Amino acid sequence: MADAVIHTEKLTKRFGSFTAVDDVSFCVSAGEIFGFLGANGAGKTTVMKMLTGLLSPTSGKASVAGFDVWGEAESIKRNIGYMSQRFSLYDDLTPRENITFFGGIYGLPRSEIREKGERMLERLDLKEAADTKLSALPLGWKQKLAFSVALLHEPSVVFLDEPTGGVDPVTRRRFWDMIYETAAHGVTVFVTTHYMDEAEYCDRVSIMVDGRIAALDTPELLKRTFEADSMNEVFIRLARPAKRSEG
Amino acid sequence: MIMKEAVSAQGITKRFGKVEALREVSLSVACSELFGVIGADGAGKTTMLRILATLLLPDSGKASVLGIDTAAGYRQLRTKIGYMPGRFSLYQDLSVEENLTFFATVFGATVKENYELIHDIYVQLEPFRTRRAGQLSGGMKQKLALCCALVHKPELLLLDEPTTGVDAVSRQEFWQMLQRLKSQGITILVSTPYMDEAVLCDRVAFMQDGRILAIDTPAGITRLFGSPLFAVRATERHRLIQALRSYEHARSAYAFGSSVHYTDRRATARPPELIAWLRSQGFDEVEVEPIEAGIEDTFMALMEEPATKGERGHG
Repeated sequence: MADAVIHTEKLTKRFGSFTAVDDVSFCVSAGEIFGFLGANGAGKTTVMKMLTGLLSPTSGKASVAGFDVWGEAESIKRNIGYMSQRFSLYDDLTPRENITFFGGIYGLPRSEIREKGERMLERLDLKEAADTKLSALPLGWKQKLAFSVALLHEPSVVFLDEPTGGVDPVTRRRFWDMIYETAAHGVTVFVTTHYMDEAEYCDRVSIMVDGRIAALDTPELLKRTFEADSMNEVFIRLARPAKRSEG
Repeated sequence: MIMKEAVSAQGITKRFGKVEALREVSLSVACSELFGVIGADGAGKTTMLRILATLLLPDSGKASVLGIDTAAGYRQLRTKIGYMPGRFSLYQDLSVEENLTFFATVFGATVKENYELIHDIYVQLEPFRTRRAGQLSGGMKQKLALCCALVHKPELLLLDEPTTGVDAVSRQEFWQMLQRLKSQGITILVSTPYMDEAVLCDRVAFMQDGRILAIDTPAGITRLFGSPLFAVRATERHRLIQALRSYEHARSAYAFGSSVHYTDRRATARPPELIAWLRSQGFDEVEVEPIEAGIEDTFMALMEEPATKGERGHG
């Protein structure tokens, strides 16, 4: 795929005798919303870590945003956005301070951080809360701020690790509005989720089982292939016979 | 309700500094009922469960569990309930087996005498019985925590978000376990942020911002949905949602699985005019189908109603 923003070929990771990721190959193109699903322990996190430059593969190839995971991990880190439910922003800092901090981490000039930061606070309707410690803000506000901060340095790809955990169904859908908008601007979105209806919102979905990609297609075609009414059914059909007992 | 009550809470209010975690919450759970408390983070679910588990005192209001006052009778009550907190709270440095024995001993029971109750769940843990609890996967930790909450044979189980962060397969298995426990006569009060789990309960309470929005059976809840609802399908989902929201009669438009759920302000809304509007917006192939509201549709509609006063539905 010529315009692949993420490209992996036979990507493999072993920990001792355990093969966490086994010969995984896929491509994600520019502006695509790519859902990355799998049961707990299927190897999702390990793939994410390799693609974000945090972990070296044992063998195989992968490139992200034009950089090779072998040897260019630092460039990958600078050129991607990343947000997870567990780690994104600092709770003891205000929204404005978080923006300044992460802008600095990504090496943006001060004037640009200030200008982009103000626009971001306005767009997210966070002006009034800009100087309130994050810990006092509702989870949904933190999530939309975390997502915007992950895009501050205008990366070509953003990784979202269970971005909508814990929020109410309306807030969850507002978050997806932001994902659609981001993708419409050409940014590639790589997203994991446990909400199976969110799998339906993706352009394509891959499902990992026991370290391998068991299926990869549009939600429509996956449902047709597995003769299922929902992505939940597709997922359960694929993940239930997993051999890798989650010890 | 003629059935005996396992849980009865009236007008429970609890503040933490400026935060009003619970505002006048009342609910009752019948014996042998599987009762779900559904809501997002910060809705007040954990505070409610902790009060019922005798771990917190309400600022006002009264709660009794199994006929015992949670404030005055906490000592007596603690041996009769099993509580599984949202955060993994077993001993990480003890093995699976040691944790189970420890919790049985604390309650003056033995694993052997109550083994029947946990057998179904414990067989899945058995291959790892010498492994430290801290080294287990999420799904296995959750099963062990359930075993430890059950090992003294409680009459009531209080489970705080047992399936959060757990994959769809493990979630399905967990709910099958709950159904089996219910059939053995154990009353279960379980909280969850997953709307799709509501239909697996006998009755549910919807919580938002420390209040109960509604309490009813899953079928009863969906009857609270007041306006016509349509499933709309077209390509370019994001543009479709925006177009629907910009329609002058629109109440809401939200992505739902593979379609978009649209509600109209008028009770008389019909598919043909909606299709005509979408055609005028450049959507060629449009499907519009009137549908029954689900649990999630209803929760969202109730949430968006300004200043819901008290609870609705009936117990």
